[in-house]
Amino acid sequence: MTNTTKPVAIREFPVEEFPETHYLNATKGLKSWMLTLDHKRIGLMYLASVIFFFFVGGLLALALRLELWEPAQNFMDAETYNRVFTLHGAVMIFLFIIPSIPAALGNIFLPVMLGAKDVAFPRLNLASFYIYLGGAMFTLYSMAHGGIDTGWTFYTPYSTNSGSAVISMTFGVFIMGFSSILTGVNFITTVHKMRAPGQTWGKLPLFVWSLYATGVIQVLATPVLAITLLLLIMERTLGIGIFDPALGGDPVLFQHFFWFYSHPAVYIMIVPGFGIISELISTFSRKVIFGYWAVALSSLAIAFIGFLVWGHHMFTSGQSELSTVVFSFLTFFVGLPTGIKIMNWVATMYRGSIWLATPMLYAIEFLFLFTIGGLTGIMLGALSVDIHLHDTYYVVAHFHYVMMGGTVFAFLGGLHYWWPKFTGKMYNETLAKIASVILFIGFNMTFLPQFVMGSQGMPRRYFGYLEQFQTLHQYSTVGSWILGVGFLLVAYYLIVSLVKGAKAPSNPWGGRSLEWMTSSPMPAHNFEHVPVVIHGPYDHHQPIAEFRMGIDAPHHDTTHA
Amino acid sequence: MSHTDSMSANAHVQHHFVDSEQQFDSAKLGMWLFLVTEVLFFGGLFVAYIVYRAWNPELFTLAATQLDTVMGGINTLVLIGSSLTMALAIRYAQLNDAKKSFWMLGATIAAALVFMVIKYFEYTHKFHLGIFPGEAYTFTGIDHPKAHIFFSIYYMMTGLHGIHVLIGIGLIGWLMVKTKRGAFSAEYYTPVEITGLYWHLVDLIWIFLFPLLYLID
Repeated sequence: MTNTTKPVAIREFPVEEFPETHYLNATKGLKSWMLTLDHKRIGLMYLASVIFFFFVGGLLALALRLELWEPAQNFMDAETYNRVFTLHGAVMIFLFIIPSIPAALGNIFLPVMLGAKDVAFPRLNLASFYIYLGGAMFTLYSMAHGGIDTGWTFYTPYSTNSGSAVISMTFGVFIMGFSSILTGVNFITTVHKMRAPGQTWGKLPLFVWSLYATGVIQVLATPVLAITLLLLIMERTLGIGIFDPALGGDPVLFQHFFWFYSHPAVYIMIVPGFGIISELISTFSRKVIFGYWAVALSSLAIAFIGFLVWGHHMFTSGQSELSTVVFSFLTFFVGLPTGIKIMNWVATMYRGSIWLATPMLYAIEFLFLFTIGGLTGIMLGALSVDIHLHDTYYVVAHFHYVMMGGTVFAFLGGLHYWWPKFTGKMYNETLAKIASVILFIGFNMTFLPQFVMGSQGMPRRYFGYLEQFQTLHQYSTVGSWILGVGFLLVAYYLIVSLVKGAKAPSNPWGGRSLEWMTSSPMPAHNFEHVPVVIHGPYDHHQPIAEFRMGIDAPHHDTTHA
Repeated sequence: MSHTDSMSANAHVQHHFVDSEQQFDSAKLGMWLFLVTEVLFFGGLFVAYIVYRAWNPELFTLAATQLDTVMGGINTLVLIGSSLTMALAIRYAQLNDAKKSFWMLGATIAAALVFMVIKYFEYTHKFHLGIFPGEAYTFTGIDHPKAHIFFSIYYMMTGLHGIHVLIGIGLIGWLMVKTKRGAFSAEYYTPVEITGLYWHLVDLIWIFLFPLLYLID
C-alpha cells in the first residue's frame, strides 16, 4: 500500500510450451482433487459430472423415442413412460444444462480470461460442487424409489397428490439451486473485483460478459424457485393449502412462481452458449467482433427482459386476458437482443478469413439451429398461434432446437475449442468434423418432424398416438439413433485424445484472449506473472506479443507467511 | 503489487488476491449479492402474502387478532437492539478493541436468544389452541374457511425467519471464538463486517413481517 506511486514496468512474457508441471499434476492424489480449491480442477469435476448426467439423460431420451416407434405400447407401460420423460427433463435441465457451460467451462476459463489466479471465493466454489452432487444424489434416490411422474415442471395440484417421489426430487432440485446461486455470486464478484490491470469492461471477452449476465439471472431467479419448491414440499407434508385447490389454494399461483424462475432459467441455459459462439466466430474469422457493445449488452438485455415474460407459459392456464396480451407483447421483445446477436455474428464472419475447424463448424451449425429455435419461439409467443400449438410436439421441437441445437452445440463448440487448453492434448480433427456433421444431421432428423407433428396436433407427453403420426415418429426415432452414434464417436476420439493425443501448443487457434497467453495445460495459478491487458480480446490485427504483457517484477511475492 | 515489507499484517490475504483491500471488497460484494438472493427468497413468500391478502382482506384482519402484538412488539425492539450491538461489535473490531467487540457479539447472541424464546412461547400458545399450519389446523375461533392459509403463511414466514436467526446465532458464536483468539484487527475484520450485513437483513425482514402480520386491523 506504500508503493502505489512507484512506476510499474511491463514487458512481454513468452509462453512456456508443453510445460512439465501444470495444474493437472502440480499436486497428486485423490485428496488433492477432492479438496482442491483450484477453479480449473473444480471445473473439470463439474465437467465430468455434467457429461455423466448428459449420458444418463440421453439414454432416457433414447428409451422414450424407442417406445414411440409404435402408436400403442411398445416395451414400457404408460406409467413408466411418464416417469422416464419426467426424469429425462429433470436430469437434462437441472443436472446437465444449467451447470454445463457456466459451472464447467465457465469455472475453468473465467478466472483465466480475467488474468486472475482463481475465482473470488474458491471455497464456496468447491462447496457449490458438493452441493450439486448432494442434489444429484437426491435425484438418483428418487429415480431408484419409483421415480416421479409429474413432468419436470411439477405442476400442482397433480404434484401435491401424485404417489411418486416428488419430495425427494424437488428437494434435490432445491439443493442444486444453492449450488447455482453460489456459482452466480462467485462469478459476478470475480468479474467485478478480479480483472487484470488494464482489463476494462470494454476489454472483457464476450464469454465473460455472458457469464456475468448469467450470474445476474442465477442470483435473481433461483431463490424464487427455492421458495416455490419449499412451499410445494410443505404442501405435500403439511398441506399448507397455498397451491392445492382442495385446501383452498391456487394452482395457477404455483405456475406463476415456477415460471418466474424457470423462464429466466432458460436464459441461464442459453446465454453462456451465446458467449462461446462470440468467442468462436471472432477467433475463427480472424476478425474483431462486429458490434462488441451490442453483443455484450444484449446479454444483459436478455437477462432483464427474461424476467418479464414468464406468463407466456400460461396462455392456456386461465390467467387474465390482459396479462396474456401484455406477456405476449413483452415476449416479442426477447427477439430483439437475440436478433442483434445473430446479426452481429454473421456480420463478424462477413469478409472474415474463416477457418472451418471443428469449433467453428459447431458455431455455424449453432447459427442454423438456434435461428430456427428462436423464430419458432416468436410464433409460440403469438397468442392465437399458441392456443393451437400449446402442449404439442411443436413446443417440444422448439425448445430442443434452442436448448439442444443451441446450448448443446455451443457447449460442444466450446469443449472442442478449449479442449487443447485444459487437457493439453489435441483431438482427431477429421473424426471431430465427421461427428459434428453426424450430430447436425441426427439432430434435424429427430426434431424437424416434431414441428410438423405438433402443428398437426400431436400432443406432447403422450404415451400413445394416432397412426397417422407413425411415419414422422419413426423418422424422429431413427434420428435419435444417429444422434446417439454421433455422441459415441465424440466420446471415442476425445478418450483417444486423452490417452495418446498429440501435445497441444499454447495457442492452437490463434486466439487473442488471455487464456491463450498461458501454457497448455495452464499452470496451477494460471499465470506465472501478473498479466496486463492493453488490447481488446478480439484485436487480431495487433501483434500477438502485445497480448502477452505482464508486470515486470523480479519475483511476484504472494505474501504467504 | 507485492508487500514483502508487511508480511505479518497481510497474513490473512488469500493467495489469489492481490491485496487486503481487494479481498475485503470482494467479500463485501459477495455478501451483498447473497443478501439479494435472500430478499428474493423471502420475496416469494411476500408475494404469496400479497395475493392471499388481496383475495381475502377480511380474513387477514380477522386472523391477525390471534397474534400477540405485545410479544411481537417486544421481539421487534429486541431485534433492533441486536442490530445496534452488532454494529458496535464491528466498530470495536475496527478500533482494535477485541474485548469490547467480543462482548457486543455476546449481547447480540443474547438478544437473538431472547427473540427465539419469545417466539417459542408464541408458537406453543398457538399450538395449544389448535392453530397449526395446513391440514392440522383445528382452531374454531376464526369464522373463515381459509383461516388455515393465513397461518400457513404466518408459520412459513416466521419459521424461515427463525431459521435465519438460528443461523445468525451460529455465525456470531463462531465470530466470538475467532475474536477471543485474536483473529480480527483494524486490518482484518471482514467476517465481522459481512456477518453484520447478514444480521441486519435478518432484522430488516422482521421489521417487515411484524406490521404485515401483527398490526393489521
